[in-house]
Amino acid sequence: MMIFMAFISGLMMSMGLILSGMINPQKVIGFLDLFGHFDPTLAFVMVGALSVAFIGYHWIGRLSKPVLCEGFDLPKKNKIDMPLITGAAIFGIGWGLAGFCPGPAIVGLGLGFPKAVIFVLAMLAGMFLARMIVK
Amino acid sequence: MNISYVHGLIGGALIGAAAVILFWFNGRIMGVSGITSRLLTKPNQDYWWRAAFILGLVLGGFIYQMNSTVVVVINASGWVLILAGLLVGFGTVMGNGCTSGHGICGMARLSKRSIVATIVFMMVGILTVLIKRMAGV
Repeated sequence: MMIFMAFISGLMMSMGLILSGMINPQKVIGFLDLFGHFDPTLAFVMVGALSVAFIGYHWIGRLSKPVLCEGFDLPKKNKIDMPLITGAAIFGIGWGLAGFCPGPAIVGLGLGFPKAVIFVLAMLAGMFLARMIVK
Repeated sequence: MNISYVHGLIGGALIGAAAVILFWFNGRIMGVSGITSRLLTKPNQDYWWRAAFILGLVLGGFIYQMNSTVVVVINASGWVLILAGLLVGFGTVMGNGCTSGHGICGMARLSKRSIVATIVFMMVGILTVLIKRMAGV
């Protein structure tokens, strides 16, 4: 059942990314192009996603446990450290270069974008490398 | 209001709802980079829900494409995509999250780490696009 709900969650996120246009890297680059042809769509996506997630998480926070398992699994780290900042900065460079982040790129595989395949393969290699080096 | 902003809001709400479902039922944070990169490690009891989530992402695109044709022009060349992919993969593992994990889930939980990470990758992303623009690529 946990597997099924994760599948439903993935399917919903996929639909959200497609409907919002975020699977289009040019729209993402347009948002980051603050000093050029600025496209604010990503800000509307963030507002929509954050409002629902904020209210939902707040409400779920009052439950003693999730519906399908024994406990909530939350990140244990709470200090702002160098790996966080450096990692986020490295991610930002890649994000600005191609306009792809992990979610939309993986949806791009299903949409049959050949360039998404190239990106995702490189991304998996980068993840593998980071797991070897920094973890 | 521009129709793509309305689509952005509704699509965003769907993404938020997907995060709520994963947390409410499975007690897990919907971070695509973390879910993906942990599929590269030795399988544990979390392996199959992670695989199912990624399958949902891919299948969502596939099902959508059966009924319509989204045509997207991706300007980045093959080499730029390879470099960008490597950086995105490496950076999201090192920084423990991406747009979904930090930008949506973490920010919605008001996590300090996620708020800082989101500000950093947005600012660096803006700077990268600005440099590209100045370099004329």
